[in-house]
Amino acid sequence: MALLYGIFIDPFVQMAQAPDLLVQTLWEGLVGGVLYALIALGFVLIFKASGVFNFAQGIMVVFAALTFVGLHGKGVPAFLALALTIVVMFVLAYGVERVMLRPLVNQPDIILFMATFGLTYFLIGFGELVFGGDPKVMPAEDLYLPKGPITIKALGGMIGIQKLDIAAAVIASIMVAGLAVFFSRTRIGRALRAVADSHEAALSVGISLEQIWVIVWFAAGLVALVTGIFWGARSDVSFALEVIALKALPVLILGGFTSVPGAIVGGLIIGVGEKIGEFYWGPLIGGGTDSWFAYVIALIFLLFRPQGLFGEKIIERV
Amino acid sequence: MFYREAGQFKTNYVSDQAIFPILQDRIGVVVILLAAYVVVPWINDDFLTNAVMIPFLIFALAAIGLNLVTGYAGLLSLGTGAFMGVGAYACYKLTTYFPDVNILIWVIASGFVSAAVGAIFGLPAVRIKGFYLAIATLAAQFFLEWCFIRIPWLYNNNISGAIEVPQRELFGIIITGPRATAETRYFIVLTIVVLMTVVASNLVHGRIGRMWMAVRDMDIAAELMGIRLLRAKLLAFAVSSFYCGVAGALMVFLWYGGAEATVFSINQSFLILFMVIIGGLGSILGSYLGAALIFILPIVLRIVPPELGLPIRAATVEHITFMVVGILIIFFLIVEPAGLARLWQVAKQKLRVWPFPY
Repeated sequence: MALLYGIFIDPFVQMAQAPDLLVQTLWEGLVGGVLYALIALGFVLIFKASGVFNFAQGIMVVFAALTFVGLHGKGVPAFLALALTIVVMFVLAYGVERVMLRPLVNQPDIILFMATFGLTYFLIGFGELVFGGDPKVMPAEDLYLPKGPITIKALGGMIGIQKLDIAAAVIASIMVAGLAVFFSRTRIGRALRAVADSHEAALSVGISLEQIWVIVWFAAGLVALVTGIFWGARSDVSFALEVIALKALPVLILGGFTSVPGAIVGGLIIGVGEKIGEFYWGPLIGGGTDSWFAYVIALIFLLFRPQGLFGEKIIERV
Repeated sequence: MFYREAGQFKTNYVSDQAIFPILQDRIGVVVILLAAYVVVPWINDDFLTNAVMIPFLIFALAAIGLNLVTGYAGLLSLGTGAFMGVGAYACYKLTTYFPDVNILIWVIASGFVSAAVGAIFGLPAVRIKGFYLAIATLAAQFFLEWCFIRIPWLYNNNISGAIEVPQRELFGIIITGPRATAETRYFIVLTIVVLMTVVASNLVHGRIGRMWMAVRDMDIAAELMGIRLLRAKLLAFAVSSFYCGVAGALMVFLWYGGAEATVFSINQSFLILFMVIIGGLGSILGSYLGAALIFILPIVLRIVPPELGLPIRAATVEHITFMVVGILIIFFLIVEPAGLARLWQVAKQKLRVWPFPY
């Protein structure tokens, strides 16, 4: 009885009694969700255009952030380091297409998936070899990112909001809007959507698959860089970030592999659900639930919509 | 050359359905078994048995388990590590409660516990497939890993949070615990792995294996032909988890001698998935080849540079190992996406028609 009370009544009583705490938790969940959404966005971009489930997106985030911090640490001015990192991400995209994707064209999905595992291993080893494995501090103020909290008196308590988180949310929305315009208005964007619809048809109207893949991986690399900068500014830049990327996977099944809005909405749902779940229900079962809570949310959604919230309807023929 | 089937006539169904229909194959298997049972103990090198052969066999068993569900039934599973953990923890709990029962019985029994857990987490497979399913199995991985850490009952409330293997005997010989010799443990692991390989081989060559492969190739078509998808998929998950569970129990009881939850982390799942993919999806032989390659590769990479006299720091070697493993995975996938087992098939075909090209 006490257990039932603890599960079904007590958390809601707590929420009603301390609405400021609830709003604070919601906000933190939303901010975490934005970052999950950004990682998921990188996955979706690549999956849409090349059908590759890019497991390396997480390590690409780390690698981009690490390159930026490493260059900055060597005395390169912040914005030059940023530009150089963008160049590095382009080289990476080109290399991946040339060395990995091109010889593996037309292989089953699982083989390409495994190849991105190989890429993950390579990037882990390479990153640690060049920049060292110790955590580094992201020079956020050199990029003119705001720091410090804003406290709002509301709902009978104080709600603290980090300025950095607001900046992250704003820049993420600008980036998503930019990508949306790029996809729908530009020539390359339309070519990208054509490739996403059908490789053969795109080839037949003269779209170069190789070029498109480089662009898509480069775009994913840019998204990874932005994610890495914000994540790095919240905590340190270290390889521990790579584990957090695994959290973006439930976002994908929730939102659907092929949907950009799905990645955003899914990220926010997972971020909020995870924080609320851990804060109000976590203590009942010993805490630390955030490692799997996201997956449970995603699984429950999957029971009702097997293709995710915004995924394309699965039509199967024999 | 020597590998010909000319003159070997199959005159009855039994010989036609044999796992090794060709005489040379049978000889080869006997030679390998002799090598495993006689030559390896005769060399009697602790490093070879303890650090190479035992882990290799255990990983091969886990790889067979994953291959059953991923290679034969086509359901990508990323929860292997956790299912191995279920086996290990189940075996530990069972032998704590019933210390007098033969430990080998509990090793097998823990496989059944793992199978039950696997079947439960295989339930989403009924609705979803492909990468969606792969991520759903990650739920099993993270949830079970959380259980191994947060439920003290599972490790008998040890302060260290680890399970330690008690000493158990079989026919008066110590087989588990710190006092068991590497040779004894090797023989036990080898016997279990060989027996379970035979069972797996029969399984995939029989009705069940064909059912799985039909589901893999196109599940709707399989359903139209009268295969019950729910049963087939859950059975695949259960049998696969059974193999992984036994492998996990063997890993803790006959190799490590003790373990924490981190042993069964997601990296373990990925490692075994590598073995299956590099070895060859849908091939028992491939599981062995993949396990050998993926397990032995880092060992070789660690041993070779100091032997050559290259002055490299240990940390650097670690990083380079990562890079080289990554590059080799991509290389193998490009050169032979069907896996190492395919190489053996090609070699066999070449031998058959030798000296003609085809």
